[in-house]
Amino acid sequence: MSSKPAPRASRGPLYLTLPALAVLVLVMAVPLGVIVLRSFMEPEPGFANYVWFFQTKVNITVLLRTFSIASWVTVCCVLAAYPYAFAMSVAGPRLRLALIMCVLVPFWVSGVVRTLAWVILLQDSGVINRVLLSMGFEKVRLIRTQLGVTIGMTQVLLPFMIMPLYAVMRGIDLRLLQAAQSLGAHPIKTFFQIYLPLSLPGVFAGATIVFILALGFYITPLLLGGPQSTMLSTLIQQQVLSLLNWGRGGAMGVVLLIVTFGVLGAASPFMRRKYQLSGGSR
Amino acid sequence: MTLNTSTKGAAVDIRGVSKFYGSFTALDDISLRVEPGEFMSFLGPSGSGKTTTLNLIAGFTDLSAGEIRLGEQSIGHVPAHKRNIGVVFQHYALFPHMSVAQNVAYPLKQRGIAKADRTRAVDQALQKVQLDKFAHRYPSELSGGQQQRVALARAMVFTPSLLLMDEPLGALDKKLREVLQLEIRRIHRELGSTFVYVTHDQEEALVLSDRIAVFNKGRIEQVGSGHQLYTRPETLFVGQFIGESSVLRGAHSAGGAETALTIAGATLVAPGQARADAPHVILLRPESVMVQASGTGPKDGMTNILGGTVREMLYLGAAMKYEVTLADGNHVIARTPTQDEPFAIGSAVELAWNPKDGTLLADDGSTAGHEG
Repeated sequence: MSSKPAPRASRGPLYLTLPALAVLVLVMAVPLGVIVLRSFMEPEPGFANYVWFFQTKVNITVLLRTFSIASWVTVCCVLAAYPYAFAMSVAGPRLRLALIMCVLVPFWVSGVVRTLAWVILLQDSGVINRVLLSMGFEKVRLIRTQLGVTIGMTQVLLPFMIMPLYAVMRGIDLRLLQAAQSLGAHPIKTFFQIYLPLSLPGVFAGATIVFILALGFYITPLLLGGPQSTMLSTLIQQQVLSLLNWGRGGAMGVVLLIVTFGVLGAASPFMRRKYQLSGGSR
Repeated sequence: MTLNTSTKGAAVDIRGVSKFYGSFTALDDISLRVEPGEFMSFLGPSGSGKTTTLNLIAGFTDLSAGEIRLGEQSIGHVPAHKRNIGVVFQHYALFPHMSVAQNVAYPLKQRGIAKADRTRAVDQALQKVQLDKFAHRYPSELSGGQQQRVALARAMVFTPSLLLMDEPLGALDKKLREVLQLEIRRIHRELGSTFVYVTHDQEEALVLSDRIAVFNKGRIEQVGSGHQLYTRPETLFVGQFIGESSVLRGAHSAGGAETALTIAGATLVAPGQARADAPHVILLRPESVMVQASGTGPKDGMTNILGGTVREMLYLGAAMKYEVTLADGNHVIARTPTQDEPFAIGSAVELAWNPKDGTLLADDGSTAGHEG
């Protein structure tokens, strides 16, 4: 019933974070620093790599395409995950377990295997096209298109949308909808005025995770996409591993990183809540 | 639309209402009329059907059989959002993403009230519950008692002719409950709306209500004022649920205007006629029973005499409370004015009472004790 947030714990347990911090510094901060450094230092000190990045048309096209695909994937994930997470939050314990398993089992399958499964489904002579043909429709180009990449990435990233949404929805008191009805709101209005606003923090949390993960996606666009659906990560890989140009590859990575921080910064005001979900006793 | 004191409450007419969940009968053919402007409490243990009845009136649950009328209108098939009934919940049910003022304005917004009128009505409603300074806070920043005041303001701001309250004080501590009880009484007087108040706390029901409907096992046992229920319970369940009591069980002889029961070797008389085929009991209120020294015998009309041993003696300031064990092992509670020389624990005493102070009731098998 207490309305005040729990007092912050003391600083004592900070040392408990040391092992994880050590790993993060070693595998994250150090290589990142090296990459940033090399993007400015190779082949010679200066901003040459960044000038090259923004002056090369392909880079800009791919950067914008990366954004566009990530946005579409995010939208698709929200639309698919919202009703699913709602069903999970209101289901009985058995159905809920089954629904959670359906989300998690694909997680346990390697991303490469899952993507190859999509290749089988999406390719020109694949399952989807054969079904379409047998029903009298024309063949649809799915593989090596942005549509194919979007479908595949949506499936891979869906759990990252469902889980935060479910966590927020589970905390929403459905009796609030009853209260809203007693106050004169039509049941459909109670959804838009009460339920949706209360679930938005989950939508923003999931959308941010999905969007940022999608920006850096590599394997799925590589296997399902074609030249017209290359994403930035593929270009970086080419620069670094095929052309051994660490400077340019690093500069592209830094651009992607800064853009990602920009997205996080833009989203953070929406993630802050000035209210607690549970209004009172339970 | 503004708050005013002339709002007229509407009558609630419950006619032959039943509610089944599969094979379970939650409500079994109840009928009840709540008068316009009346404060009626539904009192009963959990699972007795009182909240089910409230949910049926509010429209949160569908009727299985019967009819409910609000004023002149049959509301059984009117959806909840069109019934225009205020509801206050035990769990407050404030919208956490809206400020106090937005919460209270919500029902007015649904009714398309203009912003200026809305603001005025919200201010008045918040003043009524003494929370006008908290209008811009969020529910999570308020204490439980303050949250329930906001819920109260929100339920009455649209001047409904009927206000339903489902154990609104159940989550609050005793002191705060007493303060809010007084506020609810005052608001009832000021609004003039009909109030239906669900509680399992008999003291709360006695303090607040004009009349109380006692629910048990999906039926209404008795409807009446607190005084009627206390002094003239019609069933043993009601007698035991309202107030403190002792129950004397014994074989009875069918008689005329009075019935005699044989209890712990003594013959005790109570007014009323018992059916020969059913077991009966005498229900005694603690304040009707006198504790006196053994061998004192009948005096001042207290002709029912029963011997026993003091098992417990409590000093309560103005009064003393005795628990006396009878020869048959049962206990009787007596409350007497403070005596200078009280009977010690273990001493043999006599219990005496006037036959007309005992209530003869059919034994419906209910046992003492209501939830705390």
